[in-house]
Amino acid sequence: MVELTAKTACDGLLPLIIGDAELVEVAAGALTSLAPLGDAAGLGAALEKVHGLRWPDPLRATGKQGLRCIWFGRGEALLMGPVPDPALADHGAVVDQSDAWAVVQLKGLAAVDVLARLVPVDLREASFKRGHSLRTQLYHMSASITKTGADSFMILVFRSMAATLVHDMKTAMEAVAARG
Amino acid sequence: MRIDCPLCGSRDRREFYYQGAAVALARPAPDAGEAAWDDYLHLRDNPAGQTRELWHHEGGCSAWLVVTRDTVSHEISRVVLATDAREAGA
Repeated sequence: MVELTAKTACDGLLPLIIGDAELVEVAAGALTSLAPLGDAAGLGAALEKVHGLRWPDPLRATGKQGLRCIWFGRGEALLMGPVPDPALADHGAVVDQSDAWAVVQLKGLAAVDVLARLVPVDLREASFKRGHSLRTQLYHMSASITKTGADSFMILVFRSMAATLVHDMKTAMEAVAARG
Repeated sequence: MRIDCPLCGSRDRREFYYQGAAVALARPAPDAGEAAWDDYLHLRDNPAGQTRELWHHEGGCSAWLVVTRDTVSHEISRVVLATDAREAGA
């Protein structure tokens, strides 16, 4: 029997430290898409009951590292960390997407300047604070960006785009660092 | 050009995909007859002025939007979620 070894999305690509920005991969645990399918209140209540997490409003995230729920688009949230309780499936679509996303964290004083080169949304502290989350494009990739700390952003892109993500981030990090 | 997504706020045009006139929200009944279906499928107005269009926020929240846009000035006067527009009977 062949022994297969699971690799993370950014295996061999990260970490990356350039100037005042650091890009690391995040072991986010299970990733589960939650979509209410007409019973938003029921799914929100079930999420609170079984995982102790509030359903996130649009452009927001709830919880913290290891047990987090982020708004993931219209009528959709992403549960990050725990394996979903079967009770959730009574109120909507519960889909395992654990292997579908590359999850990285960009941190450091230059993080916001790096993202400003790639993302068409203002991510500065005045408009994008801790606990805020949004869907946008990172260069040409669909991405989810969540502010997790003062100078720290969690970024999700499709797993198939992991190497492209690292390449684009590296280019932006080098450009910001070169300005000194 | 920027579009005010009701969920995401003001976003750059590159995040959106253009679909066409917002007639898809008023689909005729299956037995509405040939004229109604011909009109629904093929006949489009081409106004110089205000027009209602469907845009998809594909680089954002994935919502379908009904955008009211002036084809002369490109001014966008109104943006609502397609689900809301439909419930309002538009």
